[in-house]
Amino acid sequence: MSAIFAASTLVDYFDGLTISPFGWEINEGWALVIAALIHVFVLVNVFALIPLFFIWLERKVSGRIQDRLGPTRVGGRFGWLQGLADGIKLIQKEDLVPKAADSMLFRVAPYIACIAVFGTFMVLPFSDGWVAVAADVGLFLLVAILSLEVLGIILAGYCSGSKWSLYGGMREAAQMVSYEIPLAICALVPIVAVGTLNLGEISRMQSGWFFSNWLIFNNPFTFIAFFVYFTVATAGCKRAPFDLAEAESELVGGFHTEYSGMRWSFFFMAEYAAMFVVSGVAAILFLGGWHTGIGWIDQAFDSLRISAAGQDGFVLSCYFANVIGMVVFVIKASLLVFVQIWVRWTLPRLRIDQVMMTCLKYLIPISCFLFLGAVLWPILLLSTLDRTTVFSEPLGEKVPRRQPVASVPAPSANQDVTHRQNSISDRPSQRVTAKPEGDDRR
Amino acid sequence: MTGERFLFLLFALATCGGALGVVISQNVVRMAFSLVIALGSTSGLFFLLHADFVAATQLLIYVGGTLVLLIFGIMLTASGPYVRIKTSPADLFLAAGVGFLVLFMIVGTVMDVDWEQASIKLTGRAIAEKPIGYNELGQGNTARTIALGLIGSRPDKDLGQPAEKGLSTGYLLPFEIVSVHLLVVLIGAAYLARARRRVDSSADS
Repeated sequence: MSAIFAASTLVDYFDGLTISPFGWEINEGWALVIAALIHVFVLVNVFALIPLFFIWLERKVSGRIQDRLGPTRVGGRFGWLQGLADGIKLIQKEDLVPKAADSMLFRVAPYIACIAVFGTFMVLPFSDGWVAVAADVGLFLLVAILSLEVLGIILAGYCSGSKWSLYGGMREAAQMVSYEIPLAICALVPIVAVGTLNLGEISRMQSGWFFSNWLIFNNPFTFIAFFVYFTVATAGCKRAPFDLAEAESELVGGFHTEYSGMRWSFFFMAEYAAMFVVSGVAAILFLGGWHTGIGWIDQAFDSLRISAAGQDGFVLSCYFANVIGMVVFVIKASLLVFVQIWVRWTLPRLRIDQVMMTCLKYLIPISCFLFLGAVLWPILLLSTLDRTTVFSEPLGEKVPRRQPVASVPAPSANQDVTHRQNSISDRPSQRVTAKPEGDDRR
Repeated sequence: MTGERFLFLLFALATCGGALGVVISQNVVRMAFSLVIALGSTSGLFFLLHADFVAATQLLIYVGGTLVLLIFGIMLTASGPYVRIKTSPADLFLAAGVGFLVLFMIVGTVMDVDWEQASIKLTGRAIAEKPIGYNELGQGNTARTIALGLIGSRPDKDLGQPAEKGLSTGYLLPFEIVSVHLLVVLIGAAYLARARRRVDSSADS
């Protein structure tokens, strides 16, 4: 048994656990299944609740910006149950498929958009070790999965059999194909500074005072890259002022003109969840992830996590540190989502040629320049100041912070080790017992 | 049956089903969607093999990039609402012939692999018993040698040889020439597509 809430994996926790009344011992395969089910249950709930909250927030904020009240009736003074009421209404609606539509693809398209965004939650770490799949290429994987959302939108646009939908789908395709390039390049700029693609590792590197450790303040190029990334990510979620795919005043509803009921709401769940994901990635890449940015608080929480490294079972202090970390992370991401909402209700919509021009003529050259600058910056500093960073200690000195991993159980060592070795010989390239990093996958 | 094998079968079936869908369907967009299933399941297979990077690349380039462009192209060029493709019997015959030839090649290669030796090689068991240097049997007769040769490394010639002999060259240069050739083809295609309009306008004036 290992420290379940101390950044070790659920699989390790269930592996070899005995269910007391029956005396069953869970083997590794079932441990994997149980851990996967728990991850899925938690993530599905997170995925369902995030859009609920942000749709309510959008309505409240837009109301305030337009000098209205927004929803006030359902669920107390602030109308915070409005989203749930809308959801119940949408479930009750008839599931319509237009005659001209390609009925199979028309039905499938909302699920593609929804599942693609849901898939990104698998690799998004909410706190130290609180991640379903801690892949070493986490950021790359996240961008890859997020890029599938556009497929659902385009299929929805094409297969609706309606001109409005087709226009919306085409705009979305053109916009997404071009905006993915600066998105990826901008995400690379902090990667150059931090030297890893593992999202958990990136966040772990930014512990300490915000001005010296957060990647946004690492060099002038990451500072600009944050704003470029945020612009591009807003466009990537097809939010105003880049919401050409669903421009209500021009295209009725754009790609979702023909949809109603739950299928329509799936698109919006995908959109609001995607807003949260790109904001979360921005928080991890630039704004310190789950760290508060105040040096001594971060040190205190980190020491709580480290002290749990050698202990077995549930460690309350480490769990507490991780809960606080998750709260900090969600607050950061939610603030960025709030900015996206704020921008939507403040700026007018661009025309499609302006959207394309912004991307191809300005954002791509800017992001290429930022990438080049971020690569050359350490060399410049090395030749002038004789060090690679201005404020924080160099990258190589940050790395060794010991990550709390599952301790190797001492008493039942013999039995356990033979069991592990068998499983290793069966499957090549599986985890090799006490690897410090990468052991926390799944 | 272990969970991993079950998932492998699931993804393999989805890949084959998607590939069949591409061939059987006549509706272009449904073909594209079947291709999504086939390529996406292939990346699932890569995930099962713990090749996260290859899997993510597969998703990003093929599913998220190429297929989106494909559907975009269909939307831009379609004359009617749902384009259909009818294959002529000659095309069917040619495609089936080429397909079966490739299938025989793959099956033959798979049959030739010494899986026992390959798994020993991969898991690193029984290293002490093997002779130092390269021996073909120890490699399990897999295609790894060719793949390494394509990236410029020749363990079959270099391992166990005296150091002063130097490293032998692989097939990196031919491989790169082929990739540059592909780039030339792409640029040429773009040029041809662009030149037609210019010829028309000059003929008018």
